[in-house]
Amino acid sequence: MSQDLTRLTAAEMASQLAAKQISAVELTQAHLQRIDHVDDAVHAFLQVGADSALAQARQVDEARARGEALGRLAGVPIAVKDLLATRGVATTCGSRILENWVPVYDATAVRRVREAGMPILGKTNMDEFAMGSSTEHSAFGPTHNPWDLDRIPGGSGGGSAAAVAAFEAPLALGSDTGGSIRQPAAVTGTVGVKPTYGAVSRYGLVAMASSLDQIGPCSRTVLDAALLHEVIGGHDPFDSTSLDEPVAHAVDQARQGMAGDLHGVRIGIIGELRGDGFDRGVLDRYAEALGVLEDLGAEVQTVSCPSFGFTLAAYYLIMPSEASSNLARFDAMRYGLRQAPEGGPVTVETVMAATREAGFGPEVKRRVILGTYALSAGYYDAYYGSAQKVRTLVQEDLAAAWEKVDVLVSPTCPTTAFRLGERVDDPLAMYLSDTATIPANLAGIPGISVPIGLAGDGLPVGLQVLAPARADGWVYRVAGAVEAVLTDRWGGALLEQAPDLGKQQGGER
Amino acid sequence: MSAITREDVARLAALARIALTEGELDVMAGQLSAIVDAVAVVSSAVDEATPATSHPIRLENVYRQDLVGASLSQAEALSSAPAAQDGQFRVPQILGDEQ
Amino acid sequence: MNQQMEFMSFDEAMQRFDPVFGIEVHVELNTATKMFCSCATSFGAPPNTLVCPVCIGLPGSMPTLNKKAVESAIRLGLALNCSIASMSRFARKNYFYPDLSKNYQISQYDEPIDYDGYVEFELDDGTEVRVDIERAHMEEDAAKLTHVGGAAGRIHGANYSLVDYNRGGVPLIEIVTKPVEGMGERTPEVARAYVAALRDIVRVLGISDARMDQGSIRADVNLSLRRRVEAGQDQGAVPFGKRTETKNVNSLRAIELAVRYECERQAALLTAGQPVVQETRHFHEDTGATTSGRSKEEAEDYRYFPEPDLLPVCPPAKWVAELRASLPELPARRRRRLQAEWGFTDLEMRDAAGVLDLIAGTVEAGASPAGARKWWTGELMRTANEQGISPEELPVTPGDVASLEQLIAQGTLTDKLARQALAGTLAGEGPPAAVVAARGLAVVGDDDALGKAVDDALAANPEVAEKIRGGKTAAIGAIVGAVMKATRGKADAAKVRALIEERLS
Repeated sequence: MSQDLTRLTAAEMASQLAAKQISAVELTQAHLQRIDHVDDAVHAFLQVGADSALAQARQVDEARARGEALGRLAGVPIAVKDLLATRGVATTCGSRILENWVPVYDATAVRRVREAGMPILGKTNMDEFAMGSSTEHSAFGPTHNPWDLDRIPGGSGGGSAAAVAAFEAPLALGSDTGGSIRQPAAVTGTVGVKPTYGAVSRYGLVAMASSLDQIGPCSRTVLDAALLHEVIGGHDPFDSTSLDEPVAHAVDQARQGMAGDLHGVRIGIIGELRGDGFDRGVLDRYAEALGVLEDLGAEVQTVSCPSFGFTLAAYYLIMPSEASSNLARFDAMRYGLRQAPEGGPVTVETVMAATREAGFGPEVKRRVILGTYALSAGYYDAYYGSAQKVRTLVQEDLAAAWEKVDVLVSPTCPTTAFRLGERVDDPLAMYLSDTATIPANLAGIPGISVPIGLAGDGLPVGLQVLAPARADGWVYRVAGAVEAVLTDRWGGALLEQAPDLGKQQGGER
Repeated sequence: MSAITREDVARLAALARIALTEGELDVMAGQLSAIVDAVAVVSSAVDEATPATSHPIRLENVYRQDLVGASLSQAEALSSAPAAQDGQFRVPQILGDEQ
Repeated sequence: MNQQMEFMSFDEAMQRFDPVFGIEVHVELNTATKMFCSCATSFGAPPNTLVCPVCIGLPGSMPTLNKKAVESAIRLGLALNCSIASMSRFARKNYFYPDLSKNYQISQYDEPIDYDGYVEFELDDGTEVRVDIERAHMEEDAAKLTHVGGAAGRIHGANYSLVDYNRGGVPLIEIVTKPVEGMGERTPEVARAYVAALRDIVRVLGISDARMDQGSIRADVNLSLRRRVEAGQDQGAVPFGKRTETKNVNSLRAIELAVRYECERQAALLTAGQPVVQETRHFHEDTGATTSGRSKEEAEDYRYFPEPDLLPVCPPAKWVAELRASLPELPARRRRRLQAEWGFTDLEMRDAAGVLDLIAGTVEAGASPAGARKWWTGELMRTANEQGISPEELPVTPGDVASLEQLIAQGTLTDKLARQALAGTLAGEGPPAAVVAARGLAVVGDDDALGKAVDDALAANPEVAEKIRGGKTAAIGAIVGAVMKATRGKADAAKVRALIEERLS
């Protein structure tokens, strides 16, 4: 084999598959082999389903041989965050409490991926129930950043981002509640998109915070993300909050951006997201990216969103409140772990409490208790109620911003990947990773993170592009334009500069 | 300071059905106090007149028609049950009252 | 359980205290599917076969709102004279219990769909009562628990429990009254009549099976007592006492008994200087007593918050207007209309209260209102009572009663014969006409045959005939009796008398 199939973009894979230059089986096998080589070191996957992936690939090849009409990504393999229900395949959400749960149904996004003929390689690692920014809160051990195995891959979707960055999968599904797709993308040098709230059905996504959660694509290029977006997007009657509207023209918009013209596009720099707490190295790359946008003809201006000073606080009230309710169902009665109490009577109450004590990790317990507090009688108005009002202020600030600009930009994450263990016992420091990504979740707007280079420490930096609700096409267009210019400038994709894990043969763990 | 005491954490843990250990109660009281101090600023950002937003994208009147759809089989329903008997989920004895 | 407790007679309790009550009624809707998923709501299916990821609370599942249930809630609200909220929302009520698959119930909290209404109804003696409705809201039912081991399936002492989620998620509407004051010793009766009125409304609307015996209507009764003031003082100024909530009172009779029992029990406590504990209590059908359940001192903290997986319900005014226009005639209004049409007195209407539908059906089948009323409130009501069944359950239809009336009007039957024919129908001998034919009950209407019978009787009793001729008209009775005997009661006595007078004058 002359070419390393795993190094192709998903778009390239799709076109070679369509031209019958490669088969889905050999493409899937190449990725399974890559996983075999590098995942001991990276630990992006909690579970790999080689047999089922190959079976799906074979079906696609046979269908193609019969001349059947297939989706654009048919035969392109994908990894799925373990927060999405997969029929017949264990879905743990990174938690002991669900270690043995095998769903009897597919999440809508998973079903659409299957129907598109995309072989599912396996389930990716994550912070337990998506609560974290580093994957260190996975009950099954952390994922390692392919750029530096001693560093975090971001979170909660560190597994999906790392799998894509390490060429274990060309595409992955993630979920983003406060940045869980975009922040891992930024720190692994990949692309991650949080679509408009409701653009992708949440049915089958194990809920953390229902009013913030959104499924989206993880990839290595903007175009690949757009291709996946169009597969998973669209109305779903099983999710009442899903938008009954046509899917964004993500692919067309990405291509338009890649063509390199942003004349007349009005870009707003979020004044509140560039100073304190942002690393020098991050800000340097950010400044260069702004230069790129101007070079492409965009009008760049600074926009103020004063409410963003309160979004982190609002988020850390709304998210745990909703999570405390969403996670109440993990009670040892219908599925999952059942743990007997150590002493005393064995009753429903003591078994529930013992199971939740044994089955939940420290961050989950912290958030559930915090959310229980924020919703409890006497505190609701001051905490949950006020936080919901901050959301209104965010909406108002953004509405004012959209009067002036088409998209907003900021660094995706204030820092590059920090070291494993560095913040795991300091929840407040950990929460700061989400500063720039949270506003999009509170407002329900789309956002993308696209790589814009390496900081002085040699680690990737991401640019976040935000657009108005339902205008997902904009983030693909602007990110596509930035990506095209920078890839050209670097002489290849940023990930080409990442260490070749294949040679480490497992590496040290 | 909105200090959350050990007793507060114990009460909240009981409400949330988590049998925290003595050690966890101590650690969490400190951590939660710090977090609550940090997030309490939200109330200073808003006032009575600010409306609350519970859904990021405002929709309304989303209904399902009253038509019977597919159900799971009993075996599927019970497939992940920690204990089952006679086609039902078997749960430990329930103290306290019917709700 | 029940400590040695002194009880106070109801009358004495009412002399000393003024009861205040409120009732929460849960009505199970008869939609085809559940509130938040498309599983069927039918009953009697094997356990856990009418379930899906949503109603067993599988991770990742999401609720979708049944439009028919919303429609039923709006129609009920309109029938209860409620305002329909232009924006109402669902909220999560968070508490752990194994009959709740998500450990929260999707309900409505501070934004119910129906609010501020009232129900008007009559007590047995015709007294008109109005009960104000605070709100009616939509929610989902819990699963069914079966307690195994211990004594007779009771929760206490059970070794373990089994959960069937078939009922979990079935749509409910909870109707909450405002506090009902000033009913005095009629409080138990008012409580019962309110629930009966609500049941009748729900039945007419067709939104529920409305069977209390099958649990499709369930009531929780709140009751408190406060000191009765001297005449002339304002009773309303005295604050309410501590209340108890008696759960799952599931028959009309039980509601009356439970209220009465709580009045007596609380009065005894208060008179003895003991506090009434604010708590949940259970009613026992067998003893008519309530016993203490969970204490509400440590009130549950339900941590309500808006359900993020569902959107606000904002019924367009046009839809509400359409639903209002298509409401069926409600029981109270229908009663007034029928009274006017039938010309019944208030007293007659009251007597007819339990058999109104049957009378209406009989009138519709051609009988006179007075005739229909006579049969249903008399003979038939008595028979039903004797058999301990409701009049609807008698093996006689309104059509049967109407045809009985017709036979009388035609002169085919006398009143007495009609009773015999009815007895035949009740005995399962078929409709009245068939009974008349089979038993040969028809009046001897043939004037010749009757004339001959009269002639025969006079011939057989010459001395009586002589007395009559002599002016002793009282003696006619004897000849009439003889004729009736000869015709085995099938002659019209008045006609016989006329024939005798004709012959002897």
